[in-house]
Amino acid sequence: MDRIARRGFLECMAWAGSALVWTSAGGMLSSRMLSPAAADEAPGGFSFVQISDTHIGFKGQANGDPVATLQQVLDRVNALRPAPAFVLHTGDQTHGQKPGAFDTLAEMLKGVRTARVFYVPGEHDVFLDGGKEYLGRYGKGTVGGRGWQSFDYKGTHFVGLVNVLTYKGEGMGALGADQIEWLEKDLAPLASSTPIVVFAHVPLWSVYPQWGWVTEDAGRALAYLKRFGSVSVLNGHIHQVLTKVEGNVSFHTALSTAFPQPAPGTAPAPGPMKIPEADARRLIGVTEVTFVEGRHPLTVVDSTLS
Amino acid sequence: MKKHETTRRWPWRPAMLAGITLAAVTATHALGSSSATVGIKEFKFAPTPLTVRAGSTVTWVNHDEETHTITSATGSFGSGGLGNEDTFAQTFTRPGTYEYFCALHPKMKAAVIVK
Repeated sequence: MDRIARRGFLECMAWAGSALVWTSAGGMLSSRMLSPAAADEAPGGFSFVQISDTHIGFKGQANGDPVATLQQVLDRVNALRPAPAFVLHTGDQTHGQKPGAFDTLAEMLKGVRTARVFYVPGEHDVFLDGGKEYLGRYGKGTVGGRGWQSFDYKGTHFVGLVNVLTYKGEGMGALGADQIEWLEKDLAPLASSTPIVVFAHVPLWSVYPQWGWVTEDAGRALAYLKRFGSVSVLNGHIHQVLTKVEGNVSFHTALSTAFPQPAPGTAPAPGPMKIPEADARRLIGVTEVTFVEGRHPLTVVDSTLS
Repeated sequence: MKKHETTRRWPWRPAMLAGITLAAVTATHALGSSSATVGIKEFKFAPTPLTVRAGSTVTWVNHDEETHTITSATGSFGSGGLGNEDTFAQTFTRPGTYEYFCALHPKMKAAVIVK
């Protein structure tokens, strides 16, 4: 992207935003447009934000400055009232573990008005060194220092899974037997009425196996989630919003803050999609999730920079 | 000079042979080696398999915006992440089939055959 084009791009990004609300009720999804003011939460409820695929270090025609687009997203997060309880980053913080990228992202996220940021790795964060740097930074407090974890917030049980450390063979994500065993034990004491939110990088449903957009052993993990009345699965990796409902489990993939990827099968290959700058704003963004007490379904709002 | 060398030939034979061997390798290198390029486009390596003579240097160029790697299936060579239009070169001295893949997109598999 040349200098002038980038300036134009940044100007475009300053345009007022719009948002698409996904509301899940009784397994049915509906959507509507929402103004930012409508994101207020009900008493007793809470909201959190998912950001994904920040790809710090990427440079190409699809986005000449992912730091700038991420900052736009973070500004939007900081404008939320009330502030989100926490932020989930669903992986690919860095683009190919570019030197300094982890530091850049960590510094940027320090400026987010929220109590805490939780992470799971993407394949771009671990492929060079098998996760050494990532786990050195974010492994502390996770199960065995291996990156996966669970926590409870206001009655909702959150589970962060790692499915990129055995990213081999056919290019599928994989959880591995150890993690699935841990998940079974982690969920065992919970009442089936406990709302569950699972987050991981590669989709835990079969989005498009031809492009490796699938976690090969996700079915074993989902078997332990089926008994719960409300399960939301939040993923990244594919840089576009796709949703699917299977029983009480709703799956949702997030936008990237850096660049879009083509819809499954619509291009010869996945990868950064070069699109007219005016359209780019519609295809990168952030997800806000609101939990309303007494109404289990989560409201998932995908905001673009457009 | 020539006479001097001739007179010293016998005692120096092992070294001479070693020298000849080295010269032969060098000659093969000079005559048979070549450079070849493998392009990476739309998540594919091409051409594959690529056949080269021993001593050849293969250069990969990533034409995709996505990062890719050239990662040996046996771990004998690896590029790390290659961004758009980044290149990686590897010289193959021994005959054999060298399979490699992209560590970020393991479905991308290819091979270099060295003869």
